Amino acid sequence: MEIFNHNANVNFLGMRRLSIGIAVLLVLASLALIFTRGLNYGLDFTGGVLVEVQYQQPADVGQVREALAQGGMETAVVQSLGGTRDMSIRMQPTPAMRDVDGKVDLDRVAAVIGKALQASRPDAVLKSRSSVSSQVGAELRSDGSIAAVFVILGIGIYLWVRFERRFAIAAIVTEVHDVLVTLGVIALVQREFDLTVLASVLAVIGYSINDKVVVFDRIRELFRLARKAEPEEVLNRSINNTLSRTIITSLFTGITMLALYLIGGPVVHGFAITMLIGIVVGTLSSIFVASPILLWLGVSKQDLMPRSKEDPELARRP
Amino acid sequence: MTDFPRWKYALVALVLLFGIVYALPNAFPPVPSVQVAAIHGAVVDTALQQKVAAALKQQNVAYSDLALDGDRLVADFANADVQAHASDVIRTAVGDNYTVALNLASTVPGWLRAIGAKSMPLGLDLQGGVHFLMAVDQNAVIDKQEDRYTDDIRSLLRQKNIRYDSVARNSQRGQGVAVVLRAAADRNAASAAIAAEYPDLNVQDGATTGDRFVLNAAVKPEKLRDLALGAISQNVGTLRNRINALGVSEPVIQQQGDNQIVVELAGVQDPAEAKRIIGATATLEYHPGIGFPGDPRAVEAARSGNVPPDARLYYERGSRRPVLVSKRIIVTGDELADAASGVDQQSGAPKVDVTLSAAGARKMLDYTTANVGKPMAVVYVETLYDTKIVDGKETRVPRVSEEVISDATVQGVFGKNFQTTGLATTKEASELALLLKGGSLAAPVDIVEQRVIGPSLGQDNIRKGFRAVLLGLGLVLLAAAVYYKLFGLVADIALFFNLVVLLAVMSLIGVTLTMPGIAGIVLTLGMAIDANVLICERIREELRNGSTPHAAIRAGYEKAWATILDANVTHLIAALALTTMGSGPIKGFGVTLLIGILTSMFTSVTVTHAITALIHGHRKLKTLSV
Repeated sequence: MEIFNHNANVNFLGMRRLSIGIAVLLVLASLALIFTRGLNYGLDFTGGVLVEVQYQQPADVGQVREALAQGGMETAVVQSLGGTRDMSIRMQPTPAMRDVDGKVDLDRVAAVIGKALQASRPDAVLKSRSSVSSQVGAELRSDGSIAAVFVILGIGIYLWVRFERRFAIAAIVTEVHDVLVTLGVIALVQREFDLTVLASVLAVIGYSINDKVVVFDRIRELFRLARKAEPEEVLNRSINNTLSRTIITSLFTGITMLALYLIGGPVVHGFAITMLIGIVVGTLSSIFVASPILLWLGVSKQDLMPRSKEDPELARRP
Repeated sequence: MTDFPRWKYALVALVLLFGIVYALPNAFPPVPSVQVAAIHGAVVDTALQQKVAAALKQQNVAYSDLALDGDRLVADFANADVQAHASDVIRTAVGDNYTVALNLASTVPGWLRAIGAKSMPLGLDLQGGVHFLMAVDQNAVIDKQEDRYTDDIRSLLRQKNIRYDSVARNSQRGQGVAVVLRAAADRNAASAAIAAEYPDLNVQDGATTGDRFVLNAAVKPEKLRDLALGAISQNVGTLRNRINALGVSEPVIQQQGDNQIVVELAGVQDPAEAKRIIGATATLEYHPGIGFPGDPRAVEAARSGNVPPDARLYYERGSRRPVLVSKRIIVTGDELADAASGVDQQSGAPKVDVTLSAAGARKMLDYTTANVGKPMAVVYVETLYDTKIVDGKETRVPRVSEEVISDATVQGVFGKNFQTTGLATTKEASELALLLKGGSLAAPVDIVEQRVIGPSLGQDNIRKGFRAVLLGLGLVLLAAAVYYKLFGLVADIALFFNLVVLLAVMSLIGVTLTMPGIAGIVLTLGMAIDANVLICERIREELRNGSTPHAAIRAGYEKAWATILDANVTHLIAALALTTMGSGPIKGFGVTLLIGILTSMFTSVTVTHAITALIHGHRKLKTLSV
């Protein structure tokens, strides 16, 4: 079975002004979203208390919010954990949740929230409760950024050594694009940004670079094989040759993440959805963004010939 | 014709066999159990077994198994609720001389266990329990050191007859001690004396105004770092002792980062109880001894209950021999500055070096001057909390446990520094050093994160995670078979084995399975197929370019391999960064991804190549099903 016409030769590089223009717009829009709307940081990052509640009968988020407001907890963030019976409630601890020393006491947290919920719905049962101090969250945010920078730089250095400087730069720029656009979408839909989502964003970098390397590899191969290598044509052919693989792999990985999203439960919801967004962004950028950058950086056949040809003896001959 | 060497077939067969055997234990889910172990010299025997059986029967608690396992008694139950109820019943039945712990008993067959195969431990999100993240207060460590040196320098100057105006800590923490002297000569003398006595201090002349000659003595940064690290490992040690003594089985107590400690107690559902365990206070007291452990007077006192009015009767830790100790306290743990185990240079015997603060040293000097040749005992006082059922209600009873952890003869006059020798092994010495420090030095800990995960939530997560893995795997298997036909089926076999080998490696290393880890497994499955997509697409290309089937297979694998390697190495770099992220969920995911990438490189390339070679190797081919 084949979905793609293997003779297709779409001129992807021909639309590079348009594709890069859209990519730049997306990055700018994402940055604007991240800085104006901000990420909806989860408990791990903001600190506070979180409880997971299960209702015996279906309940809706508004109802839970109202019950909490009745109990004096107006600022609580209530989210459905998929379905109508499981909810998560997140908030900064109220004075009633602290013990005599001012420390958060999970038993008190459970008592205060449980009482407020059961006042209107006696079928509410608390399934888990957590408390995180804000200091932990601040550390995490810096750790996460450091990890992302480390990943991007590490990959850049590897590509520099294995390929060439221009490939490393193109990969890093595209990676930054992918991460920002993924974060932009998360900011747009205000999906809760927790630890698993952070893990997923880092995994998106891994996935997306995997995708780019396959195209880069083909570019190197075609440059080396071609007698007369017109860069634009070589890049176009590389994208077209690997197109079916690029799309099939993202479909295959996508369906596993879809399975995880559909039945993996609330814990991995954020992970799966972020990964799905990242797969779409990463696949598109492999096709439309990475290669135009490479072209602009001026990649050429000479840069990619095996080292042995750069023998100084040969260079000195007329 | 085949281009696949025989040794590679053998390698593939071996790896697959290894994968199946070492992944197998995960097919035997552990059962909730309660285990009883003896403390205070009690014994675990069939009498105890009958007692427990009778108690469970009386309370109508059904158990699936009740057996002696070495020095423990293990009872298995149907589910976590029964287990929790049973542990209360058993605790009441066996009394204080046993620890009763919730546990998950392995059902892995003996022959598998004999070759080191074990199932993956489950994270708290999959089995329920409490999780604490504690930050150690490093400021308190610095405060304590600087206070101690302030004291010490004052008494040193007095001892050396150097006149001073004041000795006080600098207002800013970490800046050390400021000594104000009245003359330049005094300052030089003081500087020399302090530098000679305390090599861990940096001594520097400060500002001179009129007749105020300032000398600054700050603790060296490397010493502070050592102390900070020491405080952490010591806290970890102390917590481990306490939690072990309380009988929570297989607790996770780990250092994380520079100043944090993670404690995870599976099965415990009451954070208040866990907090009390963690926060139990322990102190040390040095007392004059009266006789030695097990001597006739002490045995007589223990038998008759007639303890002399100025004495107390304690038991020695470990041996449980009775010992009489004077009520008088020489020094307490607060005055103990450091304790380190080592080996005596001359005799080669294990020893513990103890350092006291200046105040403690004076008291110790006073006592030892008058009491050479007499015994001195160290009493370890710990306050623990027990939960007991009284009139059907749960009540918490504080229990003070006092034990003699060391009893030795005073060999000479000493003050600040002394050694405890006569210890049987180096292990005993390091344990004593840990106890001495644990009773006194531990920097205060602050709980910065806590989570309680109910057991039903854990079971829910396992079920969902398991189903997600199956569905994800099933969909990819189906898609690959439809799209790449025979080669897709071959890739499917390899993908299935990738899951098996991944589970085997994770089990063997002992990676804790968590929900993010399961997400990592699903992602690995989705991405492992990429190598096969690359290979199949290459083979199709080669066929289109007019290669013969065999040549297409060979060229397909060869050309795809370079790409697969580059793609996977870059992916590995990303996974590696994830594993360095300290915190639990990300790390669990990163480790799974890392192992998954490595196993997939083998299964997707070598295993499929072997199968392909088996199928196509010796036949003349006109077409390929790809």
